[in-house]
Amino acid sequence: MNKREVTKMVESTIHATQAVVTLDVPIQGIVWGSIITVNMWAKSIGTGVVFLAAFLWFRHSKDSMPSLRWTMPIIAFLSLNVFLLFTLIDLHQPYRMVNIFLHPHWTSSITVGAWLASIFLGLITVLMVIGVADAFPSLGGKKCKLTAIARNNSTVYEKIMPFLVFLAIPVTTYTAIIMAQSSARELWQAPTEVMQMIWAALMAGSAALIFISASWSKEVRKDLALVLTFSVFFSFAMYMSEYFFSFKSAEAEAVLAYVHSGGAFNIEFWFGMTLGFIIPFFLGMSYMKSENMTLLKFAALSALVGLFFVKDVWLKIPQMLPLS
Amino acid sequence: MKLGFLVDLNLCMGCKGCEIACKVENEVPLSTWRLRVKYIDIGTFPDTSRSFTPLRCNHCENAPCERICPVSALHYLENGIVNIDSARCIGCAGCMMACPYGAIYMDPETNTADKCTYCAHRIESGMMPACVVACPVEANIFGDLDDDHSNISLYIMEHQGGVQVRKPEKHTSPTHFYVGGGNQTLNPLAHQRIEGYNLFNNITHLDHVGDKNHGILDRFLAPFVGHEKVDNTSLIESATTEDSHEQEGGH
Repeated sequence: MNKREVTKMVESTIHATQAVVTLDVPIQGIVWGSIITVNMWAKSIGTGVVFLAAFLWFRHSKDSMPSLRWTMPIIAFLSLNVFLLFTLIDLHQPYRMVNIFLHPHWTSSITVGAWLASIFLGLITVLMVIGVADAFPSLGGKKCKLTAIARNNSTVYEKIMPFLVFLAIPVTTYTAIIMAQSSARELWQAPTEVMQMIWAALMAGSAALIFISASWSKEVRKDLALVLTFSVFFSFAMYMSEYFFSFKSAEAEAVLAYVHSGGAFNIEFWFGMTLGFIIPFFLGMSYMKSENMTLLKFAALSALVGLFFVKDVWLKIPQMLPLS
Repeated sequence: MKLGFLVDLNLCMGCKGCEIACKVENEVPLSTWRLRVKYIDIGTFPDTSRSFTPLRCNHCENAPCERICPVSALHYLENGIVNIDSARCIGCAGCMMACPYGAIYMDPETNTADKCTYCAHRIESGMMPACVVACPVEANIFGDLDDDHSNISLYIMEHQGGVQVRKPEKHTSPTHFYVGGGNQTLNPLAHQRIEGYNLFNNITHLDHVGDKNHGILDRFLAPFVGHEKVDNTSLIESATTEDSHEQEGGH
């Protein structure tokens, strides 16, 4: 971060003042950085693939996407582990994370989120074991007790799935509640944050599944393209309305005015918007006509990369404002 | 009992006695502050005035830091103080994101969150907070807000209409009040921070959270391989051997 730009932030945005700080201590810079961005981004993929799998199974026969039953839980399992790993490494006392389970404080959305995400990961692990054991009958041989138990309880998969979809909603959105509880950062106090989290999950989930959809039916791929196109459109529209039009507090306005005026993160923000929303929208639309799989995969990649940058900017910019 | 603070900014002369007393009493490490006095110059030369604003934790009745803390490391004492248990803190920095007053810091020695506790340990022994004792002009007024005859209650009654809190729009119900403050002094958006304008220190932003020599791997390895104990002496050595400080324009 360019310190000179950061320190000029307020002077560039607040008028009618001749007051200057002439002696103060150095104040905090960005406290929650890119580690938290990875955390949010990975969680979007982890819960998004669950939403998308449920949607596709509702719309199409399972034969249209035979590998989804075991690939979805693997993608979710890996993403959620990345999410939890980055949660852990962001803690200054990582071994004390156990305190969240031993001394939970239930008014904290961090606590509620950690519990929900842990239960969610546990259920995903069960789905992954059953899905993989069913998909690969020779896996583990005849002596492996784990695969034997999994195969004998194969129907548990379908019983767990509805609960998992409902659980994915609070797991997706609790980060928005954390942001709402972060009352020092007014930019995050918008009700749209919850919807942004859901759009991000749909974006990331559809993008992740597009990469493994080569052998699936055309109708399924079209649905994935449709969800990706819709979610990037609505997410973009919400960001733009927040960025340009929405009612804002003085603090949020000062933050956004600084980005508007070409300050730090301006380029990253528009780079993320272009890559994450504008390009995938047009590529997704063109896929509907051309059915060009390469275009669709590029749209998915672009959406995932752009989403990371946009989340990173939105996380960091309100932290640049002096609080006292 | 509900303990509260009031600072009469008309009396404060910016001597920083309270800041130093707090540092000494609570052994607050270098690069961090529980209480600080900010100087703000208002007006255009030669028609200028300088104001001094002591800033500390507001011990809000509706404290966002207490609400967001996932392990109750931040908790209320019976006397209304928002206290912190550093042995329980996991260092998630949620409280730093929640506090609208920027009053919480990551202690570089313990890598846990810390803040002003109104000197809870002194109050337990019947003493006043260190900053109150150190103030030469009695600008810091401390006492029980529930007691109509306490100094602070009488002071508030006497200055009715002129008593302010910082950021009332946040609905945090601070128990820390100011008399003689204005928008320029209490609203951080109403004054500029221009690099190079500071009197003794040109570093405007910290470039690290907690101990900068304690990276992500150290956090995991420290219990097994041991971590060199960081104290003020080692922090001074690390600061004076680094070129970056000069690059920041520090003296």
